[in-house]
Amino acid sequence: MLDYAWIIPALPAVSFFVIMFFGKRAPKHGAEIGIAAVGASFLLSCVAVVEWINRVEDATGGESHGLVALGKSIFAAGGAEHGVAPVVHTLTWWTSGGTEFGVGTTVDGLTVMMMFVVTLISLLVQIYSTAYMHDDRRYTWFFACLSLFTASMLTLVVSENLLQLLVGWELVGLCSFMLIGHWWEDRANSRAAIKAFLTTRVGDIGLMIGVIIMFFAAGTFSIVGINEYALGGEAQHSLLMFGALCLFIGIIGKSGQFPLHTWLPDAMAGPTPVSALIHAATMVVAGVYLGARVYPVLYEGFNIHDGGANFMAIIGGVTILIGALLAFVQRDIKRVLAYSTISQLGYMVMALGVGAWTAAVFHLFTHAFFKALLFLGAGSVSHSGSHHSFDMKSDMGGLRKHMPVTFATFMIGSLALAGIFPLAGFWSKDEILATAGESGFDAFVVVGLIGAVLTAAYMTRCVYLTFFGEYRGHGHPHESPRAITVPLIILSVFSVLAGFANAVPLGIHKFTEWFEPTFAFPHLVHAEFDYSLAIISVAIALVGIGIAASLWFRKEELGPFAGLTKRNALAGRGYTFLENKYYLDFLYENVIVDGIRGGVARAYYWFDQNVIDAVVKGVGRGAARAGRFAYDALDQRVVDGSINAIAAGTGEAGGAVRTVQSGRVQRYALLLFASVGVMALAVFLANVD
Amino acid sequence: MWERDIAFWVIALAMMAAALGVVRSRNVVHAALFLVVVLAGAAAIYILLVAEFVAWVQVLIYIGAVVILFLFGIMLTRAPMGTEEGKLDNDQRWAAGVVALFVLGVLIALLVDAFGGTDIKFTNALVEQGRTRTVSNSLFRDFLVPFEVVSMLLLAALVGAVVLARRD
Amino acid sequence: MDLNAFLILAAVLFCIGIYGVLARRNGVLVLMSVELMLNAVNINLIAFSAYVQDVSGQVFALFVITIAAAEVGVGLAIVMLIYRNLRSPDLDKIDQLKG
Repeated sequence: MLDYAWIIPALPAVSFFVIMFFGKRAPKHGAEIGIAAVGASFLLSCVAVVEWINRVEDATGGESHGLVALGKSIFAAGGAEHGVAPVVHTLTWWTSGGTEFGVGTTVDGLTVMMMFVVTLISLLVQIYSTAYMHDDRRYTWFFACLSLFTASMLTLVVSENLLQLLVGWELVGLCSFMLIGHWWEDRANSRAAIKAFLTTRVGDIGLMIGVIIMFFAAGTFSIVGINEYALGGEAQHSLLMFGALCLFIGIIGKSGQFPLHTWLPDAMAGPTPVSALIHAATMVVAGVYLGARVYPVLYEGFNIHDGGANFMAIIGGVTILIGALLAFVQRDIKRVLAYSTISQLGYMVMALGVGAWTAAVFHLFTHAFFKALLFLGAGSVSHSGSHHSFDMKSDMGGLRKHMPVTFATFMIGSLALAGIFPLAGFWSKDEILATAGESGFDAFVVVGLIGAVLTAAYMTRCVYLTFFGEYRGHGHPHESPRAITVPLIILSVFSVLAGFANAVPLGIHKFTEWFEPTFAFPHLVHAEFDYSLAIISVAIALVGIGIAASLWFRKEELGPFAGLTKRNALAGRGYTFLENKYYLDFLYENVIVDGIRGGVARAYYWFDQNVIDAVVKGVGRGAARAGRFAYDALDQRVVDGSINAIAAGTGEAGGAVRTVQSGRVQRYALLLFASVGVMALAVFLANVD
Repeated sequence: MWERDIAFWVIALAMMAAALGVVRSRNVVHAALFLVVVLAGAAAIYILLVAEFVAWVQVLIYIGAVVILFLFGIMLTRAPMGTEEGKLDNDQRWAAGVVALFVLGVLIALLVDAFGGTDIKFTNALVEQGRTRTVSNSLFRDFLVPFEVVSMLLLAALVGAVVLARRD
Repeated sequence: MDLNAFLILAAVLFCIGIYGVLARRNGVLVLMSVELMLNAVNINLIAFSAYVQDVSGQVFALFVITIAAAEVGVGLAIVMLIYRNLRSPDLDKIDQLKG
């Protein structure tokens, strides 16, 4: 299967076309086609995982496949003791000007892990959707989009070179756009879709430039080739730094990092299964995946081995905190989870930034399960408990008696997210913190711990508002159908068990052994299990839960803090600040967009009126004053006359410059051609013999 | 090869006169017809330079399509067909003339300095190079990707023009 | 034959084009002047192609012709839009950016 990895994305791609053309006539309106294709992909991914594990266990590296032999020789020169090379297959896609552009597959531990996660969650989400989207008017189209999304994400995951990865990257963005706007009749939804598309596009520009920089630096688009180049020691450091920076901008856009995170909460306008699949478990981690894929570039470019604060870790750390704080002021359960996703993605990016590659990928792995579980749980609540509303304060509460399965699985997901021993989130979050501490990034350990308290607290609030207290809705809450609860149960099993793949104190390092690259990869620190840190982080999460519980459980509202925002001006202002999402949307929409729309011209006019005129007047006035000062000392007529002339001259010059801003394009063109002519003449005269 | 020189000068003078006609004519339709002369002259220059394929593309695309588009544009915007002085020109034509002459002076000085006394040699290799086979080999081998990109650009321009011009 | 003959012809056409772009009021006429400039560039490309005996110049000229066609299409659509909004194809009516 490792050699035929292209089949895995090909199956859902075929299913997309089949559903699109024949879905409406199929007995289940296309759902069964999508589920069958993704199910087959899932089974093949399982085979690929097993084969990869065998390959690693054999540790001989197996027989060389094609290009791998080439890689091996470079690898031998690198001087590492052993390494399992990825299985690479390429075809020439097209040739231009002597450069070959390939298309192919690279399969290594990271790839098979991602394929497993993506296909598993896609499968569960599709099963879930058969019930959740039951009466939707675009039911068939929805399944077609889900299939296309799975195919694009898998293409991104297995791609052999950055160009192919970029194709997958844009395709998942497109699917995200289509699915957020699935109910486009509502204007808010189509606006959210456009916002998501355009915001991630800002990051994509960075990624594209980064890919181009890396191509010209390394002379190839191949991921293995670029990684080898970055580690080869011959790379120019500044080039790597700019490349890493541009690639990282792509990561910021896709993975919802500060300051481009604002699209992710709005993306919750899409159907809930989409939020679970795309905006929690798979697409948003594409950025983290890219970071993990080209890690040597980031590692060398940002000097991660030095142990100092770097751009990546700082962005990750900031994102953890702002995401977690914003989660407190949301009424909409999906928005709480969206901000939580932002915060958890911050953990992954920070982990990459502090050199904890394995921990980052491990957190990606565990987070996919429990966050998908939480989203699907929220969907289940709104489907059967609150009349399709997501408002925790007005339509939920007391649902634990009515929806026992949803409640139990949601609790497991929340505890896993909060990092309570021994659920999945505990192991991965702890590994991030331990590695950060081991590599000397103490400040980021503190940030991570603060994030842990906040996470535990906002999840307690969320669980309380949804499942405890009195029912505030107007429907007849009941448990969801089996198509919804079964995926929840499967995901909660994974949320409990996934962490044990890398339970270091129990002597299990399987995740590290199987999935961490050993080929063309920097030597990273692997932290020993730190019992004190683990105890602190669990204790701190429990404290978070405790505080939140005492606030929300004991009193109906905030307890001693009830009305705090009204009583205390500072707290009130803080709340408003959070409610307005740090005014970032305001900055983007009002200041930047409006500024560009009409403001630049107006700003120039203002500049003209106030600054240039002021300078002109100031010069005139200053000169006049100087003239008066000199009145006694110097000859009155000469000095006065010349000074007046200067003042009047500058004033007229200011006025004359103003007329340049005629607003007429041909006047500007006239100046353009005249100045080009002058410049050409200057260059010519400077170079003529 | 004095025939070539004579041909060149005849074509060149006609082109310059017609180009002046394009920018000075008081009738928009006449300007478009002068443009046809310039474009045909350019095609003739290409033939002089042994670039036959480009010459025919020039005739087909420019004279065949672009000029027709211009005529449609003139018709649809009901441009004044009258002959009143200054109606078609704006108030900065003297400044424009000065700038144009200035740029021309700089360009000619540059060209004389850089390429004075260099000759184009009309060899058999050049004739071979002008053949459509050579051009198409280069176009579809070395420049395949730019070619595809240009086709995308044309599509984008098509969509853009439709979006801009439709009434809604 | 002298290379400069072609280059200077192109320079003259180019500058006549500049004059037209700057001095014409009607949008359609401005676009025609742009075509003059593009043709001047094409003559340069073909002349250099013959001078260095490399076919790339001709291929580039083909690209320029293609893009000029696209430019005219979009440009005329814009002129139509101006005409529809201002009831006149005159470019100096558009001065909303006046400072």
